[in-house]
Amino acid sequence: MSERRPQVAVIVFPGSNDDRDAAWALHALGADPVFVWHAEQELPDVAGVILPGGFSYGDYLRCGAIARFAPAMEAVGRFAAAGGPVLGICNGFQILCEAGLLPGVLRPNRSLEFICRDARVRVERADTKLTSRCTVGQTLTIPVKHGEGAWFADDDLYAELVALDQIVLRYEDNPNGSMHDVAGVCNREGNVLGLMPHPEHAVDPLLGPADGTFVIASLVDAARERERALV
Amino acid sequence: MKATVLVRPKAGILDPQGQAVEGSLRQLGFAVGEARVGRVVDLELEATDAASARAEVERMCEQLLANPLIESFEIELDDE
Repeated sequence: MSERRPQVAVIVFPGSNDDRDAAWALHALGADPVFVWHAEQELPDVAGVILPGGFSYGDYLRCGAIARFAPAMEAVGRFAAAGGPVLGICNGFQILCEAGLLPGVLRPNRSLEFICRDARVRVERADTKLTSRCTVGQTLTIPVKHGEGAWFADDDLYAELVALDQIVLRYEDNPNGSMHDVAGVCNREGNVLGLMPHPEHAVDPLLGPADGTFVIASLVDAARERERALV
Repeated sequence: MKATVLVRPKAGILDPQGQAVEGSLRQLGFAVGEARVGRVVDLELEATDAASARAEVERMCEQLLANPLIESFEIELDDE
């Protein structure tokens, strides 16, 4: 008997452009994606959420600063507070930071150039809901494509995050000038993860590296587990 | 009443945009020490007294216009 396919929401903002790839990757790895328009007040009955990449609201003001006030983001906040797994990719990471669901902020790349290439990231934690398929110390090759990906936190906040073990991924070849090579951070509870690399673009070996599978499949596992627990 | 909000990268925060501007100005022959690039937001407010206008704009800054982690803001009121 095949395993049940959990439903995972992909939130679509005006200006999202990786929503379809996220849905494709979810489907390929055993979940049923459900697109949710940003103006929705409630999430449908889903067991996981992806905030996809793109340029929500044209990145006006600061990237993610306007999208965080979308009605759907309130619902995502409630879902996260209830322990639901939430994965923010690129612009999704920026939105989670602006919304205060993740610590820090994403700033323009140090080079001021848009960077589009494969990046190597080291897994620092494999016990979050979004990295359960990884192993600590593993290097993942996943593409980045962003103009504002330099994660920043002040010294006090960074020390706190290290103490609480919230740095999940670090670049081995820092492409954007992010502080302490941070590529991905999670919340205290480990059910919300944001990262600049795009795992949804790296799930099929036919199209290059497939290490994104480790992240997306972890989310699918977490969603399946959550569905089972709620039944 | 009108208000102008000046949003700046906080002191000590790396400002690559400012650095690029600084480099270009030097290339043009200007003697520039440092350039920092921020943002200006002009607002028209319904509030009629300065105190409540300022309080309201402060809330706007905290909620949306500036990110306190990396930016500072300054409010100028024009109540002519």
